[in-house]
Amino acid sequence: MSAKTQEAVADASHSSQSQALEDVVVRFAGDSGDGMQLTGSNFTEVTALFGNDLATFPDFPAEIRAPAGSTFGVSAFQIYFGSEDITTSGDAVDVLVAMNPAALTTNLETVVPGGLVIADAGAFNEKNLKKANYDSNPLEDGSLDAYRLLTIDIHSQVLAAVEEFELGHKAALRCKNMWTLGLVLWLFDREKDTTIENLQKKFAGKPEIANANIAALNAGHAYGETAELPTGVNVYKVPKAKVAPGTYRNVNGTQALAWGLIAGGQLADINLLFASYPITPASGLLHALAARKEFDVTTFQAEDEIAAVCAAIGASFAGSLGITSSAGPGIALKTEAISLAVSAELPLVVVNTQRGGPSTGLPTKTEQSDLLQAFYGRHGDTPLPVIASSSPSDCFEVAIEAVRLATKYMTPVMLLSDGYISNASEPWLIPDIKDFAAFPVEFHRDPEGFNPSLRDPDSLARVWAKPGTPGLEHRIGGIEKSYETGNISYDPDNHQLMTDTRQAKVAGISADIPQQEVALGENKGKLAVVGWGSTFGPIHQAVKRCRLEGLDVSHVHVRYLCPFPANLKALLSGFDKVLVPEMNTGQLVKILRSEFLIDAKGLNKVSGQPFKIREISNAIKAELA
Amino acid sequence: MNQAVDKLTVADYSSDQEVRWCPGCGDYAILKTIQKLMPELNKPRENHVFISGIGCSSRFPYYMNTYGFHTIHGRAPSVATGVKLANPALDVWVITGDGDALSIGGNHTMHALRRNVDLNILLFNNEIYGLTKGQYSPTSKVGTRSPSTPEGSIDRPLSPCAIALGAGAPFVARSIDTEMKHLSAVIKEGYLHKGASFVEILQNCPIYNDGIFEQVKDKKIAADFRIEVEHGQPLLFGKDSNKGLRLNRASLKLEVVTLGDDAILEEILVHDKTNITQANLLAAMQGPHFPIAVGILYHNPVSAYVTDLEQQRLTLRETRGMGKLDKLLHSGHIWEIK
Ligand code: SF4
Repeated sequence: MSAKTQEAVADASHSSQSQALEDVVVRFAGDSGDGMQLTGSNFTEVTALFGNDLATFPDFPAEIRAPAGSTFGVSAFQIYFGSEDITTSGDAVDVLVAMNPAALTTNLETVVPGGLVIADAGAFNEKNLKKANYDSNPLEDGSLDAYRLLTIDIHSQVLAAVEEFELGHKAALRCKNMWTLGLVLWLFDREKDTTIENLQKKFAGKPEIANANIAALNAGHAYGETAELPTGVNVYKVPKAKVAPGTYRNVNGTQALAWGLIAGGQLADINLLFASYPITPASGLLHALAARKEFDVTTFQAEDEIAAVCAAIGASFAGSLGITSSAGPGIALKTEAISLAVSAELPLVVVNTQRGGPSTGLPTKTEQSDLLQAFYGRHGDTPLPVIASSSPSDCFEVAIEAVRLATKYMTPVMLLSDGYISNASEPWLIPDIKDFAAFPVEFHRDPEGFNPSLRDPDSLARVWAKPGTPGLEHRIGGIEKSYETGNISYDPDNHQLMTDTRQAKVAGISADIPQQEVALGENKGKLAVVGWGSTFGPIHQAVKRCRLEGLDVSHVHVRYLCPFPANLKALLSGFDKVLVPEMNTGQLVKILRSEFLIDAKGLNKVSGQPFKIREISNAIKAELA
Repeated sequence: MNQAVDKLTVADYSSDQEVRWCPGCGDYAILKTIQKLMPELNKPRENHVFISGIGCSSRFPYYMNTYGFHTIHGRAPSVATGVKLANPALDVWVITGDGDALSIGGNHTMHALRRNVDLNILLFNNEIYGLTKGQYSPTSKVGTRSPSTPEGSIDRPLSPCAIALGAGAPFVARSIDTEMKHLSAVIKEGYLHKGASFVEILQNCPIYNDGIFEQVKDKKIAADFRIEVEHGQPLLFGKDSNKGLRLNRASLKLEVVTLGDDAILEEILVHDKTNITQANLLAAMQGPHFPIAVGILYHNPVSAYVTDLEQQRLTLRETRGMGKLDKLLHSGHIWEIK
């Protein structure tokens, strides 16, 4: 949260007037069964419609069905919205909604001092307090004095609000989240119509449930308007952001990636085979594509990670584009086959939705610790292009690029995303596919002079001749092949030549990708903060804030990691210092140092949590001190 | 196309690569048999794709003048599955060995069979690792002495056909490298079968495991050590065709009986290739007390994976129509900023 917001909140505690804020972070936290994700997504929609820029992050528990009231069963949804460009889901929370003691204890430390805590007193009973390890009730013992506290017995309020629908106690209490949403909508001066429409749609077959939820929503809203609220609790006004005109939607990284792959397939005029094995947090991509059989995409849930990548390779051999997807541990299993695709020079897209490692690590948490694996994690001298998406919506373009590079250069491409990007969502100006240049694949058809080692002289891509084409019968494989004929060759000079050719082919891609631009700031100066992947948001905000304070700092965000854009070295050498924040122990920084011989410095965090803006801005200030 | 197909001969299916198996290797005979069979299958040459893993047998695709992909150890069924999914019109063959298909690639073999992907899987079983110089394999008999088991192997072997049946393969057969006519007929049946077909080929490795199948191959004695099963025919064998298989109804086990001695013809089991229980009993038979069963042990077609997949897609497209990207991007909640 920005310093400005902090002041605004602090001001708010001394006044009962409505407050104008530049940006706000709201976090809904409750039991897995409390419907916090639904509450959050409805609030997001209203906020987006109002015209704020925003970013969200759902924070699910790792357990599928954790016991009710337990701390490890807490499910949260965070939204950061404002009138400026928002690129992260926010650091410190301004408004925490805690539906039970477990939600309070696990989320309180994210709340800024003076922040607003809304708690459902009805859930703070002895049993729940004990489950959250509270000896006394924090709503009553003064331990929350550093915050503005709004305690409401939402339980009773909801039961009263939906009484007329005679749902029964349990079903009636399920409307709690909508009551709470009603209150929060009032708090931010937002209308209820969109949510009411959504509820009518969602419960179209059960009108009494729809009506009960709507009644709860209205009651929560009315409560804000009419009840005597404590001093300092009042309506926030967050003005609209200045965003480009057009048609928008919310998109998370998984959706954008799936759609980007489909778009890439269309631009390449090729069918896709997506072969994958379930693994958190990558499975969503399999689900998203499995639901899209009306497009030219086939999905295949293989028996294991190795089978998945091998099926993808088989599909590419046969003239489709094979795609496989996993998280780090699964990518490790696939590496032998990826090397086969490098050796056989077949196109392949490998998506790694990175998670906390090593081993099972933190499957539901985010990390960027597979970059070195992507670069070097194979046997032999096995170069391949590596690209990374920097935000949920960026996944769309990055996926298209992965398809383009794989098919144009007949090579596997590693596409790095992560757990944060795949789950987080943001508003997206819906692109027009006609704005993307097509890159249709041309299969070889002419038997005259054909052999499987023919190469495009510019791209160095091997010829793609698919089975079924008369006269082009040929054999390929993982054994070293003659540069001239494609037949097996154990010749020493030939192996050197083939190794050099594979290297040169990938290195040559640097001439076919955009030059590296500065995301924010000048092209030279005192400090460049260089990032890749999902650190984009916090780096961007940190650099922006530091620049407002007059610091000479720029943000460079690298999408094309291997090969690097041709000008990257020159660009970075224009800065006195280079700082590389990463959610790992220092992987890109190691590569930059070894490739460019520059004294880049790492800022590293491996906690399973995204960077906070202030962690980066503090590091910037320390560098420039 | 057919005219051109008709004219093709063995030579048309031989690639220009020098065959590099050891002299006397059973793989030569299998290669010849398949090259000869190809023209009979009446498909254009470019329609055939041979996928292999790693091992002596996996060199096979290099010698076929068709499409071929020599992949990595154990993964041929997965690569082949991808080929078939991408282009169901292709005829996809998997060439594999006992180590490739049943050790490192056991998982993929099992799942390709259970899924019933329309692949023709040929497993060359020489009960040894040839390419890596003679270690024992998952099909080696107990006591096999090899560089890695100098005192003899102690783990029990598995039966490829029993594994295939257990995995739900709808077509399971066994044949012998040098029995060209039998082998060719069995492979052809497997090829014509829609869905996964699995053929175990007993293959001699003269270098590391010479003569292990001698009893079932040696013309002089083979009749007593192997039984050629044929659908609808009584399960008889022996030089004089007077030995047979009878089901002991009390123990539910097979027993070898002699006609005119301890059994009459009516008691002999009649081969029913659609009977999975019988197929399991036949697959499990081991020498020397039982004859080795060769021929089509099981054949019971079920709907093939890719056929069902295509059907799902067609049905879905009938209701949803062809996918439109623009529509997809605008699906769900959208809003306008002016
Ligand atoms: S080692 Fe055995 S199986 Fe391999 S080629 Fe030589 S004889 Fe054939």
